[in-house]
Amino acid sequence: MISGLFLSGIIVWLAGALACLALWRKPANARLVACGAGLAGSLLDLAGSSAALFNSSPAVIGLPFGNPIFTWTIRIDPLSAYFNVTLAVLAAAVSLYSFGYLREMEGRRNLGAFGFFYNLLLMSLALVFTASNVFFFLVAWEVMALSAFCLVSFEHEKQEARSAGVLFLVMSHAGTGLLLIAFLMLASVGDTLEFSSFHLLASAMSPVWQGAVFLLFLFGFGVKAGIVPVHIWLPDAHPVAPSNVSALMSGIVIKTGIYGMARVFFDFYGSPPIWMGTVVLALGVVSALLGVLYALMEHDLKRLLAWHSIENIGIILMGFGAALMFRALGQPSLAALALIAGLYHTFNHATFKGLLFLGAGSVVQSTHTRNMEKMGGLIRLMPVTAICFLVGSVAIAGLPPLNGFVSEWLTYQALLAGFGTTQSLTRLMFPIAGSLLALTAALAATCFVKAFAIPFLALPRSEQASDAKEASPTMLAGMAVLAVGCVALGLGATWLVRVFDPITQQTLGVNASSAMIQARGVALSPGTLHGGTISTIGMALLFVLAGAAFALPLVLRWRRRSTKGPSWDCGLPGLTADNEYTATAFSKPLRLIFSALYRPHREIQAEYEVSPYYPSAIRFESEIEPTFEKHLYEPLRQWIMAAARRMRAIQAGSINAYLAYIFITLILLLLFGVRP
Amino acid sequence: MMERILESLAQLILLLALAPLVTGVIRTLKARLQTRRGPGIFQPYRDFYKLFRKGMVIPETASWIFAAAPWVVFFSTIMAGLMIPMVAADAPLGLFGGVLAVIYLLGLGRFFLALAGLDTGGSFGGLGSSREMTISSMAEPAMMLAIFTVAIGAGSTGLTEIAGAAIGQTWRFLAPAQMFAFAALALVLIAETGRIPVDNPSTHLELTMIHEAMILEYSGPYLALVEWAASIKQLVLMTLLINCFWPFGLQPTWFGFGALIGIGWLVAKLLFLSCAIVLIETVNAKMRLFRVPELLAVAFTLGSLALVSTFLF
Repeated sequence: MISGLFLSGIIVWLAGALACLALWRKPANARLVACGAGLAGSLLDLAGSSAALFNSSPAVIGLPFGNPIFTWTIRIDPLSAYFNVTLAVLAAAVSLYSFGYLREMEGRRNLGAFGFFYNLLLMSLALVFTASNVFFFLVAWEVMALSAFCLVSFEHEKQEARSAGVLFLVMSHAGTGLLLIAFLMLASVGDTLEFSSFHLLASAMSPVWQGAVFLLFLFGFGVKAGIVPVHIWLPDAHPVAPSNVSALMSGIVIKTGIYGMARVFFDFYGSPPIWMGTVVLALGVVSALLGVLYALMEHDLKRLLAWHSIENIGIILMGFGAALMFRALGQPSLAALALIAGLYHTFNHATFKGLLFLGAGSVVQSTHTRNMEKMGGLIRLMPVTAICFLVGSVAIAGLPPLNGFVSEWLTYQALLAGFGTTQSLTRLMFPIAGSLLALTAALAATCFVKAFAIPFLALPRSEQASDAKEASPTMLAGMAVLAVGCVALGLGATWLVRVFDPITQQTLGVNASSAMIQARGVALSPGTLHGGTISTIGMALLFVLAGAAFALPLVLRWRRRSTKGPSWDCGLPGLTADNEYTATAFSKPLRLIFSALYRPHREIQAEYEVSPYYPSAIRFESEIEPTFEKHLYEPLRQWIMAAARRMRAIQAGSINAYLAYIFITLILLLLFGVRP
Repeated sequence: MMERILESLAQLILLLALAPLVTGVIRTLKARLQTRRGPGIFQPYRDFYKLFRKGMVIPETASWIFAAAPWVVFFSTIMAGLMIPMVAADAPLGLFGGVLAVIYLLGLGRFFLALAGLDTGGSFGGLGSSREMTISSMAEPAMMLAIFTVAIGAGSTGLTEIAGAAIGQTWRFLAPAQMFAFAALALVLIAETGRIPVDNPSTHLELTMIHEAMILEYSGPYLALVEWAASIKQLVLMTLLINCFWPFGLQPTWFGFGALIGIGWLVAKLLFLSCAIVLIETVNAKMRLFRVPELLAVAFTLGSLALVSTFLF
């Protein structure tokens, strides 16, 4: 049943991909097939994997055409099922949205190719989450990376799309290289390539190997997840892709890195040394904080969202890091709480970030710019998009009663409980991480005041913005699905935590949900002794009741007494869009406070004829320094180029020399192979 | 269940009624300290009464966000107020959230108010929103460190448990960790409620405004709602501070004659804290905006010291 549904989902995606190739020359049909297959496959996958969520014995599906080295075996255990549910929900909404979104591209771009890569990406994602051995996993991983690359550089006539795509491809492959080494190290210890026999295997290695394998996995998967400092491809690649692809990239493709870490850290490792958890927690804090700080300075709506993906990956890793530390400290139930916080945030981020990227896609499609400073007043022209974007903004800012609040609250609780688990200085990590999480969350709220208010509120700042039109019904439906998801994941917290029981049972050997659900399912508790509770459903109910009982009648009464008038604005007559606060101005205080990080640079040139006090034109330029690119990657690039220049000497173009190289390599391999 | 509803109603009435009074008392005390007569402690009630009967002007540029924000602020502040222990250690809505929920509910209100500030299209609304969000972001880590210290002491983020733990040890606030945490939270309170030296609630110059600039375009009943919510928020944060650290007179439950004693103690403690605030406001000048992060860095350092000193005692 589970296998049947899951397999048919895979087959539908594959068939959709091939059909799109066949419909290369019929864009209208290609669009319908691409989105239809995407949607159908997602729904089948959703049905199959949600049934597998509570299945303690994993569903194993062997595909034919195996070969002697490895088999094409799919294994759906609760962790795989959870990530598949996340994938399916997001992919269904995105596919629905794409019906309308791709219509504009009809005739202008090759929708057959788009549909091929789109469905291939969805299929490979499902396989990455379920592949049961190293080779199959890496094959799916590569197919995913390549199809994502093709989708990112889909608008390849733009220089920025090409270079972002290449950067993504290079970094992605560097990460895959690290993964390959790590998997081979594991395989050499266990003499197997099956994930099921890797269970707890990593902890059987010597401490040095354990550490090396851990770091290789952390950075190998970290590249895909976008953790600092291997994040630089992410803010370039996500914005240049078509917006439906951006939603998938930020919503689920980077989560494959998170899935990999969850699999390795909690399935392959038994009880890792405490420094591993400390490293993950610290990287999480740094990623979260730097992600949001750079997002604040961004005025390209989609780049801003991409930076927030780095922030949210950081928050997820804070949960994972705390879970690893608790495991090392012998606190399995706290580890379960922290792991749940991280996994919960993974799903939440997929819904709200998917929603925000889809909203941004509608805005960009209708205003033809990604620059927030050229938008404004869209709430009147695109009311439904505005509401959806607002829901996403409140959710990502972690405000109650939506889903971002629940997972951040669980993360706080895990960090808070950590302080009592050890007497060593390590315990100071927990509250400091907690307070930096508070800073991150508050800065995220600031950033989303900007990201919602500048494009949607006040007056349009450009002609394109005043001519904007509401998105088509299917696009709105796609966004509405995810908006409802944000609300449901927030209000249904006590219902959702049950889902994690099989996962924590499998990885940590404890069931957390019974202690976490309190007051007959009304309130969520961290499950620690005194814990404290929240009830998002209770808060929402009170808001609705109060609104219906007081706000509504009073608003109707006061409406009769209210008049419309111009904004007072200190008495200046004739308010125009020039009076509005810009996104640059909004983030100016933070740019000055954190100037040590940003190193802002600005240039103002005023042109005047008579007196400098009456300028005829002012040119303003402001930029911040990309620290990582300048101080880490630029030296690295130069070093690689220099090394390559030197290595050019051995590549002389003489076939005799090449034959000699092959011969020497062969001898070395033989020597290595037959060593005692 | 019934008891909970009655408790909630009692605390709701107390919140709504007491908040303008606290604002009025602070204003009058401040006036007296500056050898002015001042408007009398009941002036905020008269202001609200007047504003609620007036008509209002909605800016042409504003959308429904402008109309929704006052309600969101008002309701979320009240909900936060019902989650804190005021008279009894048992917070009426304690099940719905603890201290983290209180902070995030206040954050929800601020989020919408900042949106409304930008919604009007004027320069000053945006200026206020930008500054308000910046300052509150900077205040957050210090606040969280102090709260972590308190919560670690009580073993919970539930305010009922925190207040309950404080009741047992009346003089615990003299412990170094508690005193550092108290100082950090007091600084955050000043920043969050928009008081001198961070913001001047009675300024008339738009360029120096923070909170007032954000709500510049509000008038009539909406202005009353926003102002009322601001005074409730001030009451909530003050009560949070005094009941977490000075649990004197905190009753076990809301019922019986004890409630009156509890209210008496609450008013006495609030009066004391108001005097302290008035003193700080009078002897300090307003800071430049870019000096405020330094003040909040002091709060953060105090919070860190509080944490470290939990090791010692």
